[in-house]
Amino acid sequence: MAYVAVKGGERAIDNAHAWLAEERRGDPALPDLTLPQIREQLGRAVDRAMAEGSLYDPDLGALAVKQAQGDLIEAAFLLRAYRTTLPRFAHSRPIDTAAMQVERRISAVFKDLPGGQILGPTYDYTHRLLDFALAAGDLVPHAPKAHAPQEPMPRVPDILRAEGMMEADAPDDAEPGDLTREPLTFPADRDVRLQALARGDEGFLLGLGYSTQRGYGGSHPFAGEIRMGEAAVEIVPPELGFAIDIGDVVVTECQMVNQFKGSKTVPPQFTRGYGLVFGFSERKAMAMALVDRAMRAEELGEDVTAPAQNVEFVLYHSDNIEATGFVEHLKLPHYVDFQSELQNLRRLRAEVERAAEAEQSPSPVAAEGRGEGAAPPTPHEGAVP
Amino acid sequence: MIGYNFAYLDEQTKRMIRRALLKAVAIPGHQVPFGSREMPLPYGWGTGGIQVTASVLGQQDVLKVIDQGADDTTNAVSIRRFFARTAGVRTTTHTADATVIQTRHRIPETKLRDDQIIVYQVPQPEPLFRLEPSRVETRRMHGLADYGLMHVKLYEDIARYGQISISYDYPVMVNGRYLMSPSPIPSFDNPKMDRMPALQLFGAGREKRIYAIPPWTEVRSLDFEDHPFRPINAPHACGLCGATDAYLDEVVTDDRGGRLFVCSDTDHCAERRAAGHVGAEGMKEAAE
Amino acid sequence: MSTLNPAAGSAGLSPGFADPVAQAQACFRAVLDAMARPGRVHTITGVAPPAPLDAATAAVLLTLVDHETPLWLDAALRETAPWLAFHCGAPVVTDPRAAAFAAARGLPDLDRFDAGTHEMPETAATIVVQVQALGVGPRFRLSGPGLREPAGFAVTGLPADFSARWAANHRLFPCGIDLILCAGDRLAALPRSVTIEEDG
Repeated sequence: MAYVAVKGGERAIDNAHAWLAEERRGDPALPDLTLPQIREQLGRAVDRAMAEGSLYDPDLGALAVKQAQGDLIEAAFLLRAYRTTLPRFAHSRPIDTAAMQVERRISAVFKDLPGGQILGPTYDYTHRLLDFALAAGDLVPHAPKAHAPQEPMPRVPDILRAEGMMEADAPDDAEPGDLTREPLTFPADRDVRLQALARGDEGFLLGLGYSTQRGYGGSHPFAGEIRMGEAAVEIVPPELGFAIDIGDVVVTECQMVNQFKGSKTVPPQFTRGYGLVFGFSERKAMAMALVDRAMRAEELGEDVTAPAQNVEFVLYHSDNIEATGFVEHLKLPHYVDFQSELQNLRRLRAEVERAAEAEQSPSPVAAEGRGEGAAPPTPHEGAVP
Repeated sequence: MIGYNFAYLDEQTKRMIRRALLKAVAIPGHQVPFGSREMPLPYGWGTGGIQVTASVLGQQDVLKVIDQGADDTTNAVSIRRFFARTAGVRTTTHTADATVIQTRHRIPETKLRDDQIIVYQVPQPEPLFRLEPSRVETRRMHGLADYGLMHVKLYEDIARYGQISISYDYPVMVNGRYLMSPSPIPSFDNPKMDRMPALQLFGAGREKRIYAIPPWTEVRSLDFEDHPFRPINAPHACGLCGATDAYLDEVVTDDRGGRLFVCSDTDHCAERRAAGHVGAEGMKEAAE
Repeated sequence: MSTLNPAAGSAGLSPGFADPVAQAQACFRAVLDAMARPGRVHTITGVAPPAPLDAATAAVLLTLVDHETPLWLDAALRETAPWLAFHCGAPVVTDPRAAAFAAARGLPDLDRFDAGTHEMPETAATIVVQVQALGVGPRFRLSGPGLREPAGFAVTGLPADFSARWAANHRLFPCGIDLILCAGDRLAALPRSVTIEEDG
């Protein structure tokens, strides 16, 4: 009998997990993927899992990617669920991206600038032709080495600000909010918005950022600067009272430069959209900067009309761990509610049929009864006892 | 479980949730925002309920977990296992033996007692969200107890269908002050919430809200004087135990329109059958 | 400051919970039940705090307070600040309006504390009031959520005009202060939702 089919949930789950493990391993005749292989050779996947998982640890990132069979949202989810249980030992000081060990640094707004343009390891100018030599196997490519840049690399907004062309940073020494400890509340300040975006889904932000370029909340962006490299993380242990370096993180930073027509109190100047992401995640950093700027519409006195400008809409829907959970929960059983809907629909249809029958054989009682919503008596019993 | 605290959550997180729970109890029906954590189960699958249960549960507790009224649905199994593994608590399928009951979409048929706690998994705590998607706006409405929007919706239902068309997640007023989502339980279960002796706790993980109904608190399903609230159920008796006062699932038995109606509450049904009650299907089987 | 280790350097300070996980859970369940059923008295065991903290007062604070919850102490309990700071890690504040929790011997003025806003009534303070005795003394009549029918509640150590003061707090609903009353190893709670009248 069909009813028995839902029994045996325990065994079904065990079997499903065993099957999954077998499928994850794939053909056992092939060597098992090692974590260093994933970390070294699928670095962009590890970076994305770390960024959206909000946890910087390339080895754990590699494990998550392996365990999730390359499903990056699943991998980010694994990292999130792990990080949430970790105790907090300290808060780091803000990282200084101006002082980072730069591997890539480009500006679209100046032909050349102090520190120069450094392309770095980018796909930008590759031809997207499948490389069958890569399929054939073990190439060990060698890139020519330049000496590490000695010149300081000021950030482009700082260069513009020196001329008074760029808005000043709002001086804010307040403790930044933390979405991992406190629920989102509105109005959400920029610190919290940026945190949500940095953890947000790359695809969602890409689409939103793109929409701002197509007229939905256009803010005329220029890629002021994109830089990627290693930045030092420092903490100030209370017993020491001075900062110590606890390690480096690879981050990608994007500073979008946007037009601003000025207001009564502020002369026309450039404004900024900001993106900062763990790892080498340029697409995400750029999209983040576009969406950050779009969400500043209200602050800058612009009309709020487009989805990307709607802070509540963006922040409530950018987290892919929340989104994937809730979308996918639709596959859980809902038969209790569905049953209720089914009975309800039957009842409504019975009402409609009764009304139609009453119309076909009009009687004084039925004619009076209509319009009040009160069903006239009919020989057909409704679905409800 | 090695490497994790009792009931998975760290003590600091439990304290935060416990504080939210106490405020929720003090303000019946009000949604208290809380710093919901990522859980090892996905959002939408009970993370709110799990966090509430984890913060409440102790070694003496006996836990029951149901989904769709049943103890053996896969998600109920998964959550029960999670707590058996992380907290080592005893689990049961018998409603009467449980001290804490975590549920998705149902309230057990067996009357709950004042020494029990029921924890509801809530996908969408905001009862007004289909009418006003902005939580900034709905928060304002709750602050002012301005529920005109919902009354208009119900009135429009009546004008259009001759009745209120909501069959589950049917909105309720708690203690005469807060409009509240009862979670997606069928409206059949709504009357059980009213003046329930057990403490009712609600957790919405993804939406990061906790709310509560203290024991014996008035919970009224919204209606109009001339259109009183009518819970919905199939007009049948359970095929297995013959119950006529329990919520029924509809099981499709063949492709020729065959249907079997059975209790959604599997524990209730099993207990009735153990006590000798037999439904039409049981009689058929006995005859064979 | 979340990394205080109770095992390290506790020179001169008596211990908190011996089994923090289980005792905090047991105490929380008592407080939860007390808040859900106003006036019902629970007993807490297993803490021996320094005077003048009663066992129940200390247990409640150990259970609910930490570095995320500013704590206000009245003059009578201020000397226990080092013990509470060590075991709970709570920042002790002097401005009652900034406090999420407060502990006092006897009832402080409720209107000095944050009662929340209509949109966010949950931000209101919780005050742990140490009284002389629960279950004996002047009787009050409680009604409201959590109570099947109006119930009697006796407490020694609240001011004579308590029911009037409470009425002013209750009128703020959904805003308002919530009280946890502690005496020795016993506790009871009065959430803002409860109506209190003098009984007889």
